[in-house]
Amino acid sequence: MERWQKAIARQGCAPPDDLAIVLATEGPHGPVIHAANRAARLAGIAPGARVVDMRASCPDLRVEYADVEGDRRALERLMLWARRWCPWTVVDGTDGLILDTTGSDHLLGGEAAMLAEMEARLSALGVSAQLAVAPTWGAAWAMARHGAVRAICPEGGIAAALERLPVAGLRLEGETLLLLQRLGLKTIGALAAVPRLSLARRFVRSPLPANPLLRLDQAMGALAEPVASVDAPRRMRAEARLPEPIQDPTHFLPLLCADLCAQLAHAGLGCRALHLTVYRTDGEVSTVDLVIASGSRDAGHLHGLFKGKLERINPGFGFDLITLDAGMVEPLGTLQIGLDGGGEEDLQLPRLIDRLGARFGSKAIKQPVLVARHVPERAENWSDSAKAPAPTHTKERPSRLLTSPEEIRVLYAVPEGPPAQFIWRRQTHRVARYEGPERIAPEWWTDRPGTRLRDYFKIEDQTGRRFWLYREGLHEDGRGGDPRWFLHGMFA
Amino acid sequence: MQGFTQATARTLSEVFSTTSTDAGLSGFVMSSIPRRNAPVLWVQDHMSQNEAGRPYLPGLWSRRPMIHITLPRAADVLWAMEEGLRCASLVAVIGEVWGAPPVLDFTATRRLATRAEASDMPCWLIRRGAVPDLSAARNRWRVASLPSMLHPHDPMAPGDPRWQVELFRSREMEPGTWVARYDRAADRVDFSAAFRDGAVAEGDSAAGLRAAG
Repeated sequence: MERWQKAIARQGCAPPDDLAIVLATEGPHGPVIHAANRAARLAGIAPGARVVDMRASCPDLRVEYADVEGDRRALERLMLWARRWCPWTVVDGTDGLILDTTGSDHLLGGEAAMLAEMEARLSALGVSAQLAVAPTWGAAWAMARHGAVRAICPEGGIAAALERLPVAGLRLEGETLLLLQRLGLKTIGALAAVPRLSLARRFVRSPLPANPLLRLDQAMGALAEPVASVDAPRRMRAEARLPEPIQDPTHFLPLLCADLCAQLAHAGLGCRALHLTVYRTDGEVSTVDLVIASGSRDAGHLHGLFKGKLERINPGFGFDLITLDAGMVEPLGTLQIGLDGGGEEDLQLPRLIDRLGARFGSKAIKQPVLVARHVPERAENWSDSAKAPAPTHTKERPSRLLTSPEEIRVLYAVPEGPPAQFIWRRQTHRVARYEGPERIAPEWWTDRPGTRLRDYFKIEDQTGRRFWLYREGLHEDGRGGDPRWFLHGMFA
Repeated sequence: MQGFTQATARTLSEVFSTTSTDAGLSGFVMSSIPRRNAPVLWVQDHMSQNEAGRPYLPGLWSRRPMIHITLPRAADVLWAMEEGLRCASLVAVIGEVWGAPPVLDFTATRRLATRAEASDMPCWLIRRGAVPDLSAARNRWRVASLPSMLHPHDPMAPGDPRWQVELFRSREMEPGTWVARYDRAADRVDFSAAFRDGAVAEGDSAAGLRAAG
């Protein structure tokens, strides 16, 4: 919810605070509320309810769709960011982080001071957090969600701390919680007071999320639950720290590129993006980003791509730190170069595309690929991803195609036949010879309903120039008025 | 004659059009590029693309891979062509510049010509809406479409294309005017002597056929 609020505030269309807003996900019977803002919670809307029901009780409810996958990725990034406090962090479920702060709290002035700093830092990020410190994962989970604000549970005091918390703090499934409630076990203390043997007999076959005994053991520390921290992906970065500010970063680039490429080669990787960041002495930061056609770790080539890019950086009073980061890292094998210097030729084309793309933007460069489709503008595809064997078009096609067909005015003798004369770009062309029609029907599986078929004619005019015209539709085909004529291309 | 355009054209050649939207230029240029399965770099400025269309892969003879770039300014087109001439994986570099921009002067064409000769690669500059001015291009052509050959099966249909090709300045050979006929079945261009009689050349298709035969 907060991530969504931040995103919408960044777009500059933040809704007022008193408007009830919910984020929804698709459930089996229509959308289900995933999260709600403060106004919606005050109106009695709880996560898990159906959107239609809540609309009935709160008619001016605004519903947006939740980005669950984005939330998960954001939480993973937050998990890595939380390594600032301790080396072992792990994502817990969809909305929690577990930090193993054993031995690192005294660096921050004790556990209470550490919690206060965490809350301050997280709220600076725009994230509200409920924090707790406890000797076990389960106890920390329960106290963060159901305990006091910034609760601290001392070693050996778990049972006392958890005694008054509800059984929902034991990370149990909904059905088990309902069962416990029907049994009259409302707090963890009440559950712990039940004889162990009877609980074990009752829940002997239940899996861990539905087994209150195992969960109780985990919370109390009787059952080990270690924190298995994942490693952050290593950042490929080269940096130059300068003792004196300089005005021109050009001389440091070859060294940085060589350093970065050595790191990439050591890890067996190639990068497809480069980010050069220049830190000015007065605190300004400027970046230059580059995208590369195929994974590369050739220092000379990467250095060449920065040609002409550095002039745009405003040096101000000079730089004292330059970093070069590799982005979009992918595995790259080593390439054997022939004794005669061969083997380099395969690389020349991607490098040409890199150089052109670095200068003009990768969108200006296109590699057409033939596709087996009949509609002319779809018979070639602007990508290099399609690796299917090229289809063979048997019909003759023009060598040049206009970006968009241009409408022409036509004189014709027979409505279904070729034109006798047409006016294109204010010039009159008399038809000397023609070939056609070649009928190309619309692709009903992609086109809008009502798209008209096209009858193509190859026309030669009186001066010998050859055009490709088409008539869009037929007379009285029920899809609009009289058919219109277009000029679509030129034959060589 | 086709051997001539292929063998000696490993340098900068310019092609001018008589009418700016004539597609015969691209046909003539594509037919004179060596037949190798290497990509062609085709650079256009926006004006050329809007006025005369873009090269259409299904319609280009002997379909070879192509890298197509559209750029706003003529200076960028020249830069991209020069960059392409440094890459040995290409078979040819084709540029299209509309009109006569100031950057396309003698120095710029000379750079392209020397670069093309150094890398032994054909480089074609298609000029539309321009008059031939000072240039260092080694061969300068003027191409216009002519009424096509008779279609073998359909008397009303246009057959193999023909162009009037004029080489008006060249270092390697004597300038002259020819009628080039593209043989689609054999994928080659046949040159024959131009008509001396303007009336016949301007005539209708039947007269053109008799003159060519």
